[in-house]
Amino acid sequence: MDVVMLSRIQFAATTIFHFFFVPLSIGLVFTIAIMETMYVVKGKEEYKRMAKFWGKLFLINFAVGVVTGILQEFQFGMNWSAYSRFVGDVFGAPLAIEALLAFFLESTFIGLWIFGWERLSKKVHMICIWLVAFGTVMSAFWILAANSFMQRPVGYTIHNGRAEMNDFLALITNGQLLLEFPHTILAAFMTGAFLVTGVSAYKLLKKQDTAFFKKSFAIAVIIGLVSSIGVALVGHQQAQYLVKTQPMKMAATEALWETSSDPAPWTVTAFIDTKNQTNTGEFQIPYLLSFLSYSKFSGEVTGMKELQSQYEQQYGPGDYIPPVRTTFWSFRIMVASGSLLIVLSLYGVYLAARKKLDNRNTWFMRLMLFAISLPFIANTSGWIMTEIGRQPWTVFGLMTTADGVSPSVTAGQVLFSIIAFTAIYAILAVVMVYLFVRVIKKGPYADNATQKSYESADPFDKEGVPHAVSQ
Amino acid sequence: MLSLNELWFVLVAVLFIGFFFLEGFDFGVGMSTGILAKNDTERRVLINSIGPFWDANEVWLLTAGGAMFAAFPNWYATLFSGFYTPLVLLLLALIGRGVAFEFRGKVQTAAWKKTWDVVIFTGSLLPPLLLGVVFADLIRGLPIDQAMEMKAGFFGDIVNLYSVVGGLTMVVLCLVHGLMFTTLRVTGDLQARARRLAEMLLAPLAVLIAAFGAMTYFETDIFEGRAFLLTVMGVVIAAAYVLAAVFIAKRRDGWAFGMTGAVIALTIAFFFTGLFPNVMISSIDQAFNLTLTNAASGPYSLKVMTIVALSLLPFVLGYQIWSYFVFHKRVHEQSHLEY
Repeated sequence: MDVVMLSRIQFAATTIFHFFFVPLSIGLVFTIAIMETMYVVKGKEEYKRMAKFWGKLFLINFAVGVVTGILQEFQFGMNWSAYSRFVGDVFGAPLAIEALLAFFLESTFIGLWIFGWERLSKKVHMICIWLVAFGTVMSAFWILAANSFMQRPVGYTIHNGRAEMNDFLALITNGQLLLEFPHTILAAFMTGAFLVTGVSAYKLLKKQDTAFFKKSFAIAVIIGLVSSIGVALVGHQQAQYLVKTQPMKMAATEALWETSSDPAPWTVTAFIDTKNQTNTGEFQIPYLLSFLSYSKFSGEVTGMKELQSQYEQQYGPGDYIPPVRTTFWSFRIMVASGSLLIVLSLYGVYLAARKKLDNRNTWFMRLMLFAISLPFIANTSGWIMTEIGRQPWTVFGLMTTADGVSPSVTAGQVLFSIIAFTAIYAILAVVMVYLFVRVIKKGPYADNATQKSYESADPFDKEGVPHAVSQ
Repeated sequence: MLSLNELWFVLVAVLFIGFFFLEGFDFGVGMSTGILAKNDTERRVLINSIGPFWDANEVWLLTAGGAMFAAFPNWYATLFSGFYTPLVLLLLALIGRGVAFEFRGKVQTAAWKKTWDVVIFTGSLLPPLLLGVVFADLIRGLPIDQAMEMKAGFFGDIVNLYSVVGGLTMVVLCLVHGLMFTTLRVTGDLQARARRLAEMLLAPLAVLIAAFGAMTYFETDIFEGRAFLLTVMGVVIAAAYVLAAVFIAKRRDGWAFGMTGAVIALTIAFFFTGLFPNVMISSIDQAFNLTLTNAASGPYSLKVMTIVALSLLPFVLGYQIWSYFVFHKRVHEQSHLEY
């Protein structure tokens, strides 16, 4: 394999892995911030326990998200140096701002939150977790601002053979970003919420700490419902935007070789023959593609063959059709997972409102446990569609992926790093799942006894009786 | 007045200085969990003494990288692709170390803890070693061609006697700095032993610094044209080192920590002063050097970044200092140990 292919594999693998943890962190910290706010407002210890219990899972997850994020920042320069030279003037700024504005905020206030339960007042401690939450959202904003430039380059001029920024405001009001950002953030809230509902469902099935987990479930399922509906609504806007800005990606998403009829039907499933550029066994719903693309029941959508000849005229000879099957199916997997989540959370909210959350709904609770995986599947397939659908470009219309790779790095070096990173990531994944299961099995009241002895062991505590820590 | 290019060069330097000063001590504390701590509780005390800080300290490195990307894309691209293999190792170390702090205390078996102890020790030792090597290579010069591509051999261009001495110096420097941090953050026997170990390391450290200084004179061209300035910096570094030794002997731990920090900060400042006005030196031809001008972003981008950075930095510094204030109490065996 050549350096380009290896570098792509590494970037895809490390980014997908990183993005298991990021949305979960964003979603969990938001849920925890709400729980801690309820603790401060209502003064009930139970909410504090909730924040602490879900906080444990959050911290394990956050640690993995942080360390895998370091790699993300480095590998633009390491593996894609030609790309970095070409876009650094535009692309570097949001990355630097992300570090300054988000990474510092997250890392400092997470330290204050973890170690500050006894040192800070309730309110200040609560503000700390909100600042972490704000930091994670800011982080998403700036990295998505950078990604949006790759999807739809704006606010730049080509000068000295590279893209140079000439309008910062355009960069952060990029139409792509204004949709991509809420879509990603809502999906992240959804990811966190469905972890909480899934784990709660598991504990309710086991009849453990039912009061605690009913309440957790109720809080999270509302967040889950609102965000999963929100994701879908923004997603619909994105599709309409995609038709205008990246019609090739849209056509590939629909496996639309020829320009559609007017009104355009939506292909639910098909056997795609990329060699002969045709589909067989299409199962279609009339009008729906027109609706997806234009929010009305008329209008044709341009097909890949027509776009290919357009692009050849515009950009010169080349193959401008992305991997169609991957783009087509990843979109469908995303939509199916998202729709299922809306239905599940609707029913969950109904049960919670009727105070019927208990193990009588065995099948539903089992479904909710399984539903933990759905946001991850949706997130991953959504990004695969977004990034694969943009190929062969790395910056749409400006630079191809193959041109962006580091000329000085050898295939052997990349192979070595792929093996090293994959190995360490595999270990991280196993350890993390193991620790998650442990924390969940122990439950929220596990550390009651040890916690007490710790607290009274603090000599700065008024009634403290110093004695050594047993662990 | 500084030009924007110069200002960003200074900012990148400041971010690296901040990184080595701050993360330097938590690298040192990480290493001392392997050589200073006698038992599990002591290891936990050490880890908890940097618990609230290490993550934010590491962000200084990320921000330095981000600032290089934004302000000097060619510097970022050449350096990160050119030092591919050392950076892979650095990433593995930082990844392992970061999760090890979080994971170590989660399971109470000896094997589990021992595993993560090894990761913490190695993960704290490798980064200063690798970064020391990289910085030494930066002022020594690297095979950078006309297209700004650096095609360096791992042995010879990257790993050579000079850069290894540079790396080892950084390791011992961070270790001593970390031990002095420990004297400020713990009590009793552990504190006394940290001071003693720091004292014992002073002589080897002096040898390393002197050797590195002398080799720098012969191995690099950075003294050309600014021999006076760099010599003065060298003398100040030596003075700070002597003061550190004096303060350690007098048990003035706070001052001693300040001085080990000063040695680190000045050493990094020395590297950057030596580089200026280049950012990377080509060993093939001077004309291929990456400079403040040919490696930089355009004026518009630099202006935007300047406004953003200067308005955010005061807040960042403010809340970081506040977090050190919140956790100013010493950590000891009876404390609530989170990790």
